[in-house]
Amino acid sequence: MLTALAKRLGRLALLLAAVAVASFALMVNSPVDPVAAYVGGDVAALGPQQRALIVERWGLDDPAPQRFLTWLGNLVRGDFGHSLTFNRPVLEVIGDKFLTSLALMALAWLLSGLLGFALGVVAGVRQGRAADRVITWWAYTLASAPTFWVGLLLLYVFAVSLNWAPVCCAVPIGVPAAEVGPLDRLHHLALPAITLSVVGVAPVVLHTRQAVVATMASDHVAFARAQGDRGLGLVLHRVVRNAAAPALLLQFGSLGELFGGSVLAEQVFSYPGLGAATTTAALGQDVPLLLGIALFTTVLVYAGNAIGDRVHAVVDPRADHRRWR
Amino acid sequence: MSSGMRWDRRGKTLVMLALSVLVVAAVVIAGAVAEEAARTTALAERNGPPSVAHWFGTDWLGRDVLARVLAGLRLSLVVGTSAAVVSAVIALVLACAATVGGPRVDAAVGWLVDLFLALPHLVLLVLLAFALGGGTQAVVIAVAVTHWPTLTRVLRGQARQVVGSDYVAVAAQLGRGRWWIAREHVARHLVGHFLVGTVLLFPHAILHEAALSFLGLGVDPAEPSIGVLLAESMRFLSAGAWWLAVLPGACLLLVVKAVDGIGENLRALLDPRSHHR
Repeated sequence: MLTALAKRLGRLALLLAAVAVASFALMVNSPVDPVAAYVGGDVAALGPQQRALIVERWGLDDPAPQRFLTWLGNLVRGDFGHSLTFNRPVLEVIGDKFLTSLALMALAWLLSGLLGFALGVVAGVRQGRAADRVITWWAYTLASAPTFWVGLLLLYVFAVSLNWAPVCCAVPIGVPAAEVGPLDRLHHLALPAITLSVVGVAPVVLHTRQAVVATMASDHVAFARAQGDRGLGLVLHRVVRNAAAPALLLQFGSLGELFGGSVLAEQVFSYPGLGAATTTAALGQDVPLLLGIALFTTVLVYAGNAIGDRVHAVVDPRADHRRWR
Repeated sequence: MSSGMRWDRRGKTLVMLALSVLVVAAVVIAGAVAEEAARTTALAERNGPPSVAHWFGTDWLGRDVLARVLAGLRLSLVVGTSAAVVSAVIALVLACAATVGGPRVDAAVGWLVDLFLALPHLVLLVLLAFALGGGTQAVVIAVAVTHWPTLTRVLRGQARQVVGSDYVAVAAQLGRGRWWIAREHVARHLVGHFLVGTVLLFPHAILHEAALSFLGLGVDPAEPSIGVLLAESMRFLSAGAWWLAVLPGACLLLVVKAVDGIGENLRALLDPRSHHR
């Protein structure tokens, strides 16, 4: 157990190092002028001496490997640098924004998991019938729909036309943070979370359906049938656990897509989470924050996969964990 | 099952395939025709709802939304094609290298796949688009070079399965050389997966281009692209201009479904065992 954990952590460290090297190389070779990005609109007023001062202070003239080592050394000491667009340390920005996103992502994750699993079981049990066809068709259509477009539709129908939900943000505008109740937050969270879950639901539905179909055709279900198991009891006792394993694996393995979806959903609903911060960082040429987000999301995706593997092994002890991944 | 029924399904698949190809071809041609109308402004007709003259309404500069949608879809398909072709070739090369190159190359390819899947795909795209300086060219490159990992895994798994199968062992015992086996068994087995996998990369690529453009990190905002159209529509949604958002997105959905239809029906034709998708 402990050696397995050490192995996983070692792999994560290697992966992080590779991601760090690759994304640093990308940033160094980008045509973005770091001095201009730092100074902003006043860059035209910058004299050559001032520019030379900034370049020297930041070591921008040093060779790339040396700059990388300096950056890496700072990372190891917990200093991710300073975000230009938010004017705060990168780690603080990521921590803050991620907490805001976490509520959104967790709710969407639960919604899509539960809804997708339920629909997948129904479709699998009723294989070939009308319910199966409708659900499968719906899942395939959703899989082809752009996340942000679904968000725009929901925004138009529920926020603009019906006025049931707020048009933007995570909390009511102009209200101090201390006075915002949990219901207010949920009210602002609902539409982005539904957007995110509606899109994430399709793969869970389709994989669960596949697993249920396979289980329904298996010998142990045939035996249970011969012993008189019927209907809901049969499904609950003989099928659901088998079908849960792939769904769980998939759901934990989809944290990357979930984050990608939240980048888009947060843009549509002006929800100030880490997804919106990613867009802001790229548009504002905020290299330190972009690099920080790259490393942070790597950990997020890796943790999701690792937890998924463990949970899968618990739910389905037969699982072979020497899969190629 | 009678042979008549089997032909029936085959016929249906062929018809669906032809229909999907037709839809995609029509979009490409219509997009080229609409290119000029998509840029013609008519300030007197700003933000008009759908009418007989403008089926999809007009936008904030009085441009015809239908023309802009068609031009945007054409761009989507161009991005999708380049991305699918580039990514598929990368996947094929890497999968072949991993299969014939021995355990070290195999491990290296596995590592490369892991590295590209380590980040959320959208974050990777944002990083690449940013590093390449933004704009249409940057998006095309970013989308093209990031869609190979899953296909690489599929192809490599399939190739490994063939190499480890009994009939390949028998062929080797019968004195067939490596290249003969690679050509006659492995390549033939992979062709179907490769074709289908390539077509199925399309929808992902198209949606990712639209997403990047929507975020403002992609196609130049002056160009008609579905992502740009939808981003612009956000400014007028609260004024009730629903047609700016609903119709472009719905058309993108239809095109993605059509391309998906090509892939799925092609798969049904090439690999009859996978008929229930």
